[in-house]
Amino acid sequence: MTRILKGMLFATTVLAPAGIAMAQETQLTIESWRNDDLPIWQEKIIPAFEAKHPNIKVTFAPMAPTEYNSAVNAKLEAGTAGDLITCRPFDLSLAMFEKGQLAALNDLQGMENFSDVAKSAWTTDDGATSFCVPMASVIHGFIYNKAAFEEVGVQVPKTEEEFFAVLEKFKEDGNYIPLAMGTKDQWEAATMGYYNIGPNYWKGEEGRKALIAGTQKLTDPQWVEPYATLAKWKDYLGDGFEAQTYPDSQNLFTLGRAAIYPTGSWEIAPFKSQADFEMGAFAPPVKAAGDKCYISDHNDIGIGLNANSKNADAAKTFLSWVASPEFADLYANAAPGFFSLNNSPVTMQDELAQEFVSWRENCETTIRPSAAIVGRGDPNLDLEMWRASANVINGTMTPEQAGEETQKGLDSWYKPAK
Amino acid sequence: MSDIDTADPAIAPAKRSVRWHIWIFLAPAFLVYTAVMILPLIETLRLSLFNVVDGQMAFVGLANFQRLFGDPRLAADFWNALWNNVVFFIIHMLVQNPIGIALAAMLSLPNLRFAAFYRSAIFVPTLLSFVIVGFIWKLILSPIWGIAPGLMDLVGMKSFFSPWLGKSESALITVSLISVWQYVGIPMMLIYAALLNIPDEVLEAAECDGITGWSQFWKIKLPLILPSIGIISVLTFVGNFNAFDLIYTVQGALAGPDGSTDILGTLLYRTFFGFQNQIGNRPMGATIATVMFLIILAGVSLYLFVIQRRMRRYQF
Repeated sequence: MTRILKGMLFATTVLAPAGIAMAQETQLTIESWRNDDLPIWQEKIIPAFEAKHPNIKVTFAPMAPTEYNSAVNAKLEAGTAGDLITCRPFDLSLAMFEKGQLAALNDLQGMENFSDVAKSAWTTDDGATSFCVPMASVIHGFIYNKAAFEEVGVQVPKTEEEFFAVLEKFKEDGNYIPLAMGTKDQWEAATMGYYNIGPNYWKGEEGRKALIAGTQKLTDPQWVEPYATLAKWKDYLGDGFEAQTYPDSQNLFTLGRAAIYPTGSWEIAPFKSQADFEMGAFAPPVKAAGDKCYISDHNDIGIGLNANSKNADAAKTFLSWVASPEFADLYANAAPGFFSLNNSPVTMQDELAQEFVSWRENCETTIRPSAAIVGRGDPNLDLEMWRASANVINGTMTPEQAGEETQKGLDSWYKPAK
Repeated sequence: MSDIDTADPAIAPAKRSVRWHIWIFLAPAFLVYTAVMILPLIETLRLSLFNVVDGQMAFVGLANFQRLFGDPRLAADFWNALWNNVVFFIIHMLVQNPIGIALAAMLSLPNLRFAAFYRSAIFVPTLLSFVIVGFIWKLILSPIWGIAPGLMDLVGMKSFFSPWLGKSESALITVSLISVWQYVGIPMMLIYAALLNIPDEVLEAAECDGITGWSQFWKIKLPLILPSIGIISVLTFVGNFNAFDLIYTVQGALAGPDGSTDILGTLLYRTFFGFQNQIGNRPMGATIATVMFLIILAGVSLYLFVIQRRMRRYQF
């Protein structure tokens, strides 16, 4: 009975798309979580590719970011996933590769266009095999409303002290919500808060690698202090920030009701189309003037080949094109804020994007601490940090408790290599 | 039929004819129900006894259950979800069902005007999709765009407003009350129907004995609708312990803040399907589903075998 049932399910899910593939031209489907980018792919990127390869038709099929991982995993296991899989960085895609769901791409034409650092997010721990073509990284920072800054008469803050002085000014002025952020969705608190300002405390790669090596703990001061700073943000968030969602924060800022928006460069394109005031950006403020600055420059998005794809050759053609300088230029300008990882220099038209990328010159870059190696267990460190950061800002947890809880979760499964 | 007629006349009267049409008419429902309900249920129960060992699915006995109740984090999550679920159920029992009964009692008053209008208006939210209900309540209660702060300001109660959905001490109560608002029509309708079933002679006899108004409700009507209240309680119990949709649309899969609205359904969802960077754990999800199934089974059995048997029924 189960077998018949499975056969029926198989017939309706796997065999149905096969009918479409019978058509003459090859049909490729891209699985992605970037539903915000749908118009960019449909109007700019895919037409550019299809113009060169008229016998390949590409469909971009995005879904909601929070559902992507589980959905694409389920699809891969059931054999219904698209030919091309957009790759999350580090442990998630690595798990897919280890399960044989993503194909190795070492000999793909175009992979030579990427540095080892760029490929690191989609390479096995021993550095031998790469399985996704790096597409872009995102940089964390703060976007601010230039008009509001002029109106209140404040300068872009360089140090933490200046940052809080600016926030205090906006609070006194009362016309703007100083910081547009809420804690309801939890991920903003960690991604735009903790991962954003944290690298200045744990000194970027130094702290991240020490955490992996086990020589630093999340209870150490450099990991707890950013929580303490986040806790101070509470006074400058809007009324009822506990129930404020991510879209609420975006709208508050683009409607001109908030002055500063802690964020990442992925927000540039949507904000440009919505906000009618001039925007600027500044890097996370350092603790004292003259300190070395660290920024989160996170390898965020790659694209890989479904190992069971029926159209592997066409898919490889597409991937080689994604690895080409042509795509790098197209993508970086079509989706400003997603910075190319390609070796060939890309000229970006967007000023805000240029501002973000200029920080790379003076600041050390690092990736999100929970992404690689320490992020592959259960409980998941990333989700734990979401919860801890949100709790700290809500005031229901002290910074010390946040450090302890996250470390306890990590200890429960992670044993650093000796 | 004809083949039975030709059978041995000596046995024929004793044997009842095989009524094939019963089986034929039952077959579609039986097959569909088996395929979409019973088989998945058995498969889930089976999966809870298996786990991935060295990359292979292997039979592990009750090890998943041991881990669910033994692992301090998983156990904490589970008991938190179960407790929240109990609170969710208690709020429904204390708010939804009494209000439903009260509304039904008022609707069945013979001289109430616009009864049909009230009945439909109160029942409409039940027909709405939970996605719409979740979304509109999220908007109403939003501290930024919502109309709740403004409306409360009009009556001078602005200071009592707070971002209820974002605070761990009030989020669960708020979500429960949204659910009560949506589903209060169901107990109302069932009780209403039960009240209409009470024969007028009984009520007239009561009036002759001088039992009217409130005491009539307590002494005559309430005992007569007790079986319906029992059924409603069971429906509420099953519905609440299976709940997931409203919490998911209002609070997201993390059921925040800080897990304060996490009920068994959302815990199951996160465990089974995974969330964000957490990868789904199918066997553990099946284990939680099995525990949910057992909890509901225990609750329903308690009702069927203990409470329902002692309930007094009246024949008219």
